[in-house]
Amino acid sequence: MSETDIVIRAEGLVKSFKGFRAVDGLDLTIERGMIYGFLGPNGCGKTTAMRMLTGLLTPTEGTVEVLGLSVPKDAETLKYKIGYMTQTFSLYGDLTVRENLNFMATIYGLTGKKRSQRLAEVMDCYALSDLGERFAGKMSGGQRQRLALATAVLHEPQLLFLDEPTSAVDPESRRHFWEQLFDLVEGGTSIVVTTHFMDEAERCHKIAIMEAGQKRADGRPKDLMAAMGANVVEIEGPNLRDIRRRLLGSDGIMAAAQLGARLRVLVRQEIPDPETFLKEKPETHGATLIEKVRPNLEDVFVTATGEGRQ
Amino acid sequence: MMRPLSRISAIFGKELNQLRRDRMTFGMVIMIPLIQLVLFGYAINTSIRDIPVAVVDHSQTGLSRILIQMVEATRVVKVTERLNNVAEAEAAIKAARVRAVFFLPDDLSQRVARSPAAGLGTPPSTDEETSRPVAQWVVDGSDTMIASAIKSLRNMPLAELNRQAPNRSTPTFEVALFYNPEQRTAINIVPGLVGIILTMTMIMFTSAAIVRERERGNMEMLINTPVRPIELMIGKIIPYIFIGLIQTVIILGLGHVLFNLPFGAKTLDLFVGTLLFIGASLSLGLVLSTIAQSQLQATQMTVFVLLPSILLSGFMFPYEGMPVIAQYIAEAFPATHFMRMIRGFVLRDASLADLYRDAFWMFGFFVLGMIVAAFRFKKRLD
Repeated sequence: MSETDIVIRAEGLVKSFKGFRAVDGLDLTIERGMIYGFLGPNGCGKTTAMRMLTGLLTPTEGTVEVLGLSVPKDAETLKYKIGYMTQTFSLYGDLTVRENLNFMATIYGLTGKKRSQRLAEVMDCYALSDLGERFAGKMSGGQRQRLALATAVLHEPQLLFLDEPTSAVDPESRRHFWEQLFDLVEGGTSIVVTTHFMDEAERCHKIAIMEAGQKRADGRPKDLMAAMGANVVEIEGPNLRDIRRRLLGSDGIMAAAQLGARLRVLVRQEIPDPETFLKEKPETHGATLIEKVRPNLEDVFVTATGEGRQ
Repeated sequence: MMRPLSRISAIFGKELNQLRRDRMTFGMVIMIPLIQLVLFGYAINTSIRDIPVAVVDHSQTGLSRILIQMVEATRVVKVTERLNNVAEAEAAIKAARVRAVFFLPDDLSQRVARSPAAGLGTPPSTDEETSRPVAQWVVDGSDTMIASAIKSLRNMPLAELNRQAPNRSTPTFEVALFYNPEQRTAINIVPGLVGIILTMTMIMFTSAAIVRERERGNMEMLINTPVRPIELMIGKIIPYIFIGLIQTVIILGLGHVLFNLPFGAKTLDLFVGTLLFIGASLSLGLVLSTIAQSQLQATQMTVFVLLPSILLSGFMFPYEGMPVIAQYIAEAFPATHFMRMIRGFVLRDASLADLYRDAFWMFGFFVLGMIVAAFRFKKRLD
């Protein structure tokens, strides 16, 4: 991997707010041409980390290099090369779609014919052509999100930061949104995204699982699932709540969570035959079915964080 | 190289669009000067007339009745009550039904006959009887303006009582009143109102300008763009410069129509001076906006600046009457300098060259304000 293929490199990143370490010793290496996701619960330091990467926050400790520029020292130069989509809609609600786009395009130095060309391009690409005269504040969540993305890519940034881009959007718009992100990646853009949705994280090329300001695991979702320190077993039967209560804290069990009519149990990797292990456990008495299943990202998340980690 | 200019124009255009759609604010731009001009132009009057007073007449003679009529004829006071004794009169003052009591003693006739004011010849000055005034005013002295209005009656000539022409005496000094010979308060108030209204609207608009972006959640996006703080500041104040000029035209134009406000020939000087004041006020507003954490705080800070601008600037009370320290404080407010300037341009036909100190000061204030605001505006969230 050559140096130019790295878009973000951060070492020992720390951000303290009055003694509280929101980000606590984060190391990152993000390669060009991929979607990199920060997965974690609210308050785990995803947004703070992203803000340090864009130069919005000054790190308390550590170094950041984005697109070869030292941040926050060269943050102003960097701003021409990156796009940023904030967590809450931050365009002007009392301006129309076209006015918002025009404003931002001019701020980024696009003028005259080039500007109108680019505006037409993104409005077409993000299905905003018919909404040009609509006030941004009067649009639906999905429409706003398309406008926000269109604004973020107006100046054709090499690197795009998206802070929980789909939290206020319906599933249909969400799926569409991700298709657009992959189009951007195909066009050569690298993307950093924060999310607390598992399905969204699963779409990323690589993810970092964050908790309490620290990175618990990172890599490709597939590799993370394969390398997970647990097997997943699902249990069916009556009184699942009782079984769950009995299993929690029992030997060899990392976590148990109900999913509809099934109980999803994470069994430690060291146990060779988890199905038999569970069947023989007195705690599972009354279960009608016990079978090993494929792990998903949520299982990875549970094993990497909180109660599963221990 | 054109980037800063086009970015400033982008911000200017954005502000204009937002302002255009904010009907309430846009309405205030016109209504504030209109209403305040009519209200204050007519209402504020420092030459006091018709102060309500009570009369306690122990003399009950024709002479006392004529004397009361003469006092009423000055229009300074208006007799609203007639009371029997001083105790009742004091109660009336306490209850604020009247502001003063005119007390006529029972030996009024003798006092008048001996008074030099009656013009019946001058008795020997050693005669103690002659030093006695003919009647007494008991005044609610808490309001100094009312008190001095009644004090002005102290040396009222009484020659009319004897059907002699009044004012025969030669005054010690001749007083020639320049610029406002009729002594109409409105002439002084209306140009001053330009300063007050501009202080209010300019600081109020811009003090909300930055903090509004923060409150509405636009700030995070804005600071993620390459826009420079000074470009943001300049782009934000340009629309308000026009608004300020429009308000000035409304006030002075309407002042001319309603209050016969005269105009000197110094239109250009007036334009430049007003521009300087608008700039100084806007930059002050921007500085406040970088300090305030919410629009409510911004409004509170505006009031904090507005009150001394009204009370210390010379708009209401003469600047010269204040203690020296208060004068220094007043000098810090742009309104004080503008008050001097606009009254100079409009009323005294002064030129910018005559008032260059005030002009320089406001220009300096503007430049400093812009630098401080741009410096205080951080493109960081921490």
